[in-house]
Amino acid sequence: METKSIMIVGVGGQGTLLASRLLGAALLSENYDVKVSEVHGMSQRGGSVVTYVKYGEEVFSPIVREGQADFILAFEQLEAARWLPFLKKGGTMIANSQKIDPMPVVIGNAQYPDGVLEAIRATGVDLVEADALSLAVEAGSPKAVNVVLIGVMAARMDLPYTVWEKAIRETVPEKFLEMNLKAFKLGFESAK
Amino acid sequence: MEKKLLIGNEAVARGLYEAGLRVASSYPGTPSTEITECIAKYDAIYSEWAPNEKVAMEVAIGAAIAGARSFCAMKHVGLNVAADPLFTASYTGINAGMVIAVADDPGMHSSQNEQDSRHYAKAAKIMMLEPSDSNECLQYAKLAFELSEKFDTPVLLRLTTRVAHSRSLTALSERVDNVLSEYKKDPMKYVMMPGMAIKKHVVVEQRILDQIAWSETSEINTEEYNSTEIGVITSGITYQYAKEALGKNASYFKLGCVYPLPVEKIKAFAAKCKKVYVLEELDPFIEEHCKQNGIEVIGKDAFTLQGEYSQSLIKQVILGEKDDSVQTDLEIPARPPVLCAGCPHRGLYYALKKLNVTVSGDIGCYTLGALAPLAMMDTCVCMGASVSALHGRNKADSENAKKSVAVIGDSTFMHSGVTGLINIAYNQSNSTVIILDNSITGMTGHQDNPTTGKTIKGDPTTAVSLELLAKAVGIDRVRVVDPYNLQECEDVLREEIAADAPSVVISRRPCALLKYVKHNPPMHVNSEKCVGCKMCMKIGCPAISIKNKKSVIDFTQCVGCNVCSQLCKFDAIEEGK
Repeated sequence: METKSIMIVGVGGQGTLLASRLLGAALLSENYDVKVSEVHGMSQRGGSVVTYVKYGEEVFSPIVREGQADFILAFEQLEAARWLPFLKKGGTMIANSQKIDPMPVVIGNAQYPDGVLEAIRATGVDLVEADALSLAVEAGSPKAVNVVLIGVMAARMDLPYTVWEKAIRETVPEKFLEMNLKAFKLGFESAK
Repeated sequence: MEKKLLIGNEAVARGLYEAGLRVASSYPGTPSTEITECIAKYDAIYSEWAPNEKVAMEVAIGAAIAGARSFCAMKHVGLNVAADPLFTASYTGINAGMVIAVADDPGMHSSQNEQDSRHYAKAAKIMMLEPSDSNECLQYAKLAFELSEKFDTPVLLRLTTRVAHSRSLTALSERVDNVLSEYKKDPMKYVMMPGMAIKKHVVVEQRILDQIAWSETSEINTEEYNSTEIGVITSGITYQYAKEALGKNASYFKLGCVYPLPVEKIKAFAAKCKKVYVLEELDPFIEEHCKQNGIEVIGKDAFTLQGEYSQSLIKQVILGEKDDSVQTDLEIPARPPVLCAGCPHRGLYYALKKLNVTVSGDIGCYTLGALAPLAMMDTCVCMGASVSALHGRNKADSENAKKSVAVIGDSTFMHSGVTGLINIAYNQSNSTVIILDNSITGMTGHQDNPTTGKTIKGDPTTAVSLELLAKAVGIDRVRVVDPYNLQECEDVLREEIAADAPSVVISRRPCALLKYVKHNPPMHVNSEKCVGCKMCMKIGCPAISIKNKKSVIDFTQCVGCNVCSQLCKFDAIEEGK
């Protein structure tokens, strides 16, 4: 099979790293070759963050460039727009409806644009919108936004549900397991 | 054989473990940090955080001479700090194997420059291996020990960010314990005075010739023959980019050893291809080697000295192909990294802003204080430079000495700030040094250091007292402030900057992200009292924003530090319950 590329984009602190690990674990148990690229350090501090997950028969480059992503999982609206050019023709953008003002907006040096998701939809790409924050709070914690969004994407992929559950068990600490399983389920069902 | 999805750094640690590593000493630095963090999980290995990279490398040299397989890791700029021992360890050689990992950061994801550490290998005449994925990280770490012992030299293992921080499948095996080699007193080998060093230099030059002969036949310099049209000479992550971009349309010569480089093997490869490209990030290191040896190649003329390569760049330059992409016409504001909500540095910077001083800055999370709205840093060069450069500034312009300070973190102060402070005391400049003591090495992701009272394994140990240390070097004026208390910070700083003597102000409050730090309930804005004056926005807290002309506080981010409420003249910011 051709190598598939997924990008997980968001704001440092939103839990994108855990999401990419969870995805990596799920794909691995399906016997794909998998590469996951993370950036650590400076960008953790509230900056724009991106991780790449690629899988297939044999994956070479761990990174994704413009026009190459099959899925983009965006944890925040502005980040969805920022990384949109990385989506492949016919790819799917999954966008959390949450908005987080970047510092230039907070201090009044820039404007958070209006109608971000509408503008993305107008380009003709396949856009899936999710209110992951509400679902995460329903599952028990606003921190579970990452697992809710993985659930939304899982509904669009053809991996068995049990594979996802197993990956969550492997990735998440025991005491948050039930909450995360619920978060995944809520995300998954919202997209079905 | 068990296979796991490991990041490159974790795989390096695993390879070292399997090879019987016994002693590891490092200073954290993105993107190298996780190697030593992962080593610390193996009880069979002694590991530690050293105060800086020079100390770490010297610890590894001592252990290798004593007869234990040893290791140190650092980022590219860390190798500058450790360059002194590096160049002479090349002469002494080792007793048991010694491996040095150095992680370059093309694209500067988390660095202050983009230097290429392959030049160090050549300058110090030390062999350098470069893996291209996690499995090679593990294999090359093991091979590096074998080569170190075969050629009696330390061996450099070069990583770049995308190798260090990408996960790929890695095959694991069992550890083979390495017994301590016998140490024999041998001053001709281990004492580098001119008489001995002159003899050892001859050995070093011969060693390079022997290593070139090895590299001509080594399996880690491999040829993959597909096409006579395009030939690619490459190494590390760029090999992966090239394979994705060109597939079977090109032939590849992949270098696992980037110093010293083979000559005949490259010549033979190049002769088979019509057009030969050298694909390497940063400097034209392999390209210059080829050209010096009369091999015609295309390199930096077609590519770039700056930033990272990618499959897209290679496809575009060599094949002239580009992937289609969509764009909106939205104007998208940048999202730079910021000091976290509750970060103790924020209050201190705000006090400095009110005093309107020139700030000699340093490397750490607090470098983010250079960005708006605090914008309270004037210079940042390298680890420790804040303190020494402030002294230089004040000696150059003593009239303005009462308008300048240095800021430096606890870990950076231990790394190389203390020597600058000794200079301030010894040569008496009227300098005020602020140590931002957040009780952790923050930027690299929370590593302990000599001031935290804990070892790399979390065990209790002695802690350096910054107050006593400052006094011991000759600073009489030493004050401690709580950065969550804006008035106290401002008052103390005003006094110390005005004083006619050198001074140290310790701004003490643990990083808000530390697990043991208890957070208060989130603050909230009483919208009836808020007049929308935006005073609370001046501290640049990511938890505060303006909605409908009033301040609002994001409950998911706020840790209840109470700094914003001290700015509100209308008592509109209230403590949570």
